[in-house]
Amino acid sequence: MSHSDTYLVGREKIREYAASIGEQSPLCHDVAAAREAGYEDVVAPPMFAAVYKWRAMGPAVLDPQIGIDFSRLVHGAQDFTWHLPVVAGDEITTEASFVDEAKRGEIKVYTFSSRSTNQRGELVCEGTWTNFVR
Amino acid sequence: MDELREVTVTPDRYTTYHYAGASGDFNPIHLDDEFARSVDLPSKILHGLWTMAQVARAQTDVVGGPLALKSLSVQFRGMGVPEQDITITSKLKSQGDGEAVFDCEAVQDGSKLVRRGRAVLRI
Repeated sequence: MSHSDTYLVGREKIREYAASIGEQSPLCHDVAAAREAGYEDVVAPPMFAAVYKWRAMGPAVLDPQIGIDFSRLVHGAQDFTWHLPVVAGDEITTEASFVDEAKRGEIKVYTFSSRSTNQRGELVCEGTWTNFVR
Repeated sequence: MDELREVTVTPDRYTTYHYAGASGDFNPIHLDDEFARSVDLPSKILHGLWTMAQVARAQTDVVGGPLALKSLSVQFRGMGVPEQDITITSKLKSQGDGEAVFDCEAVQDGSKLVRRGRAVLRI
């Protein structure tokens, strides 16, 4: 089971996200500073990957075939590997896949993986999502 | 490079609302105390990915900026809540070949929110 979707990265979304996590780097807020550093536009903080990936990961996690109760879902572990910067204007396509399901005592553990590429087909970020259902 | 770093961040009353809007994660366990209690949580809880972003920032604020992070993996444990300090500890594990590896964790009120964090940074 896998889900794919494309997220268009907006300049104001990057600024809004950066503000919500307290990221103050001028690269994430100031277009001129980002351009001076060699980027086309403001740069996404690395953890913004969680946002552009959710477009595909959400439907993967909530797939009725898997049957996770969202209100009982707890994020158990997370792993990201970044390959290339993401800047405003990029179109990021993520493919999210169900990996496996295991039982640890009373808790069920569901693992999903994701791969995100930009509009040039370059790999920008990979992730592994581990969810516990209480 | 410091062998051991400690930073404290304090989510305010509205952090989970800001993060919900910015991230699109409107799960009511992060926004609504009453709902959170109805599913056996003590109160509304922080988004794990917000807490992970603080662990990321605890590295990149000091080492090379937001694009220096090559990878970050964490395990989430205790439930984080607003309006209480979170202490993030990062310990230099190794460095060489243009990268530095840190072991990190985040603790709030004696409970580990993030354990076995591993951050790799370009240096």
